[in-house]
Amino acid sequence: MNLWSRIRENAVLYIGILVIFYMLAPIVVIAIFSFNDPTGKFNFEWAGFTTQYWAGAFDNEEINRSLWLSIRLAFFTSLGATILGTLIALALVRYEFFGRKAANLLIVIPIATPEVVIGAALLSLFVYASAALGFTTLLIAHIMFSISFAVIVVRSRLIGFDRRLEEAAADLGAAPLTTFFRITLPLLAPGIAGALMLTFALSVDDFVISNFNAGAEVTFPLYIFGANQRGIPVQVNVIATILFAVTIIAMTFVILQQRRAEKMVEKRADDDKKASVAIPI
Amino acid sequence: METSPARPDAERSGSPAAAGDGRGSVELQGVTKKFGTFTAVDDIDLEIGDGEFFTMLGPSGCGKTTTLRMIAGFEQPTQGEVLIDGQDVAGLPAYKRPTNTVFQNYALFPHMTLEENVAFGLKRKKVPKDEIKRRVADELERVGLSGEATRKPAQLSGGQQQRVALARALVNLPKVLLLDEPLGALDLKLRKGLQVELKKIQEEVGITFVYVTHDQEEALTMSDRIAIMNKGRIEQCAGPEEVYEKPATTFVAGFIGVSNLLPARVISGSEVAIEDGPTVSTPDAAGFTTGEELFAVVRPEKLEVSTPGQAPGDRPGIEGVVESSLFLGTATQLGVTVADGSKLTVLVPNASEEERQRLPGGGARVYLSWEPEHMHLVTESPGEDGTENFQPMQTQDQGDQTK
Repeated sequence: MNLWSRIRENAVLYIGILVIFYMLAPIVVIAIFSFNDPTGKFNFEWAGFTTQYWAGAFDNEEINRSLWLSIRLAFFTSLGATILGTLIALALVRYEFFGRKAANLLIVIPIATPEVVIGAALLSLFVYASAALGFTTLLIAHIMFSISFAVIVVRSRLIGFDRRLEEAAADLGAAPLTTFFRITLPLLAPGIAGALMLTFALSVDDFVISNFNAGAEVTFPLYIFGANQRGIPVQVNVIATILFAVTIIAMTFVILQQRRAEKMVEKRADDDKKASVAIPI
Repeated sequence: METSPARPDAERSGSPAAAGDGRGSVELQGVTKKFGTFTAVDDIDLEIGDGEFFTMLGPSGCGKTTTLRMIAGFEQPTQGEVLIDGQDVAGLPAYKRPTNTVFQNYALFPHMTLEENVAFGLKRKKVPKDEIKRRVADELERVGLSGEATRKPAQLSGGQQQRVALARALVNLPKVLLLDEPLGALDLKLRKGLQVELKKIQEEVGITFVYVTHDQEEALTMSDRIAIMNKGRIEQCAGPEEVYEKPATTFVAGFIGVSNLLPARVISGSEVAIEDGPTVSTPDAAGFTTGEELFAVVRPEKLEVSTPGQAPGDRPGIEGVVESSLFLGTATQLGVTVADGSKLTVLVPNASEEERQRLPGGGARVYLSWEPEHMHLVTESPGEDGTENFQPMQTQDQGDQTK
């Protein structure tokens, strides 16, 4: 009776804990099994504790190659997608032109399209153009599906942007280019950083589209998928855990930055600027 | 106030003597600005003299901010010319104009410290580093923020931010300083203090100030001359005393302080007949054609209350019924309805409690009289059709936000 009422009172809390456990359990399992010392070729059963795979995290030549490819690919993808995404966002928010509303909508379509479809479509395009599949086609494919995300992240930052700051800069004698680099860009920086990280993560993570367009190249996710047939080396768990940790650190950094920026804006937006921003995803 | 007031600039009314030859003069010739089909500024002419504290006053949507933005270079006139220091600035972008602006919400750069904010303009002009340092320090000193130089704008109060905005503009020693409702976001007490400070600074640096506000009291306190704007036009441009004592139109009379408008008709070059009231001889009538319908303005503090039938001397007056009586502290305000149905406001200074007790209460019949020289004739404002205005400024960002 007493127990029952306590459960009832704290139901939301308990359910919340269960949901979080449900979400994080697979990641925790991965991290735990990076310390496993499997007896067979499959790393599914706990056989004993060891740190040997952490010590030799980068001993597997094949893993290293695929990981390095994925990182290079993600680096150029995030760069390309964020530059293009920022420029597109600027165009969509700052300029009136024919078809702007339509463009605003079209830009999110790749997000809604099934990856299989995008992957297959890109492959047929590449074949049609008789392009050799490899790093370049992978990069083109990754930038293509990442742009939308970059646009959305930067655009939300731009919509809340106080244009008078740019007028103030011009008023103080700054030519348009100076204004862009001294005022616009620094103030957009949190959004741009967010776009860089998001697109980087999307690229590292991608399997479906890469699978269609990689040719002979093997990205990290493709490697894991292939290795799954033969038994995944424990190093994969180690590297996955490292990637996860790096992501968490980066996310924390971004969130803290964002919060600081928001606080500033909040304080400044006294009366006239109550921007109600809805991001259509 | 028959004779010219003590203020020396009052006679500069129509066109200031200094215009055209001063380094900080601003001239607008037939300037019109249209946004689509909406005419924000309608064919205005202005001459602002060097070192003058000039105010553009009017309700929101009257075109004052748009006019300021055309001087700053943020908007290009649809028609007409803007001259700064005698030079046509058409096609000169904002960053090349010898003007600086204090923005309504300050527009301080949030990612820079106060020092960096204030130094921004000097850096663009490639002023030597040590000179920048010195001038920025001096300017922050002037506005009393030396101790906060390394802080970010978000860490300051509204009043402090306003001072930084002023310092950031003034440090560049512009020919003309443009101020767009700079005190609008501050509370009353702070605003009063800063009004005095602003006026002091302006006299100190001698830079031409073009000040935009919708606050009539602010305009009266600080300005050398005021242009009262309505619906894109300038209704009157004169010194504060003249604007108050001799409003040119019904709009000006109503916008500057409380005023009583009595419909009247000119019957000769020296007389007007007040509707349902006396015929008053006034030199003002000479400026109008006989038969013209207009309004006689008498300020509330110039009306004297007495009992009907006991009219003092031969002063003109009108009878009415007291509708309301409000104790305001320094004065008592009476609302009186007169024969033609219009409501007049009377302000009686509170000399003593005894005197206040003697004032007529609600329903009492009273006789309101005034000295003929306290009555002034105004014409009806053009385009007084009561249509709602919209504020054309910042249409750009707002359009983006509602998307």
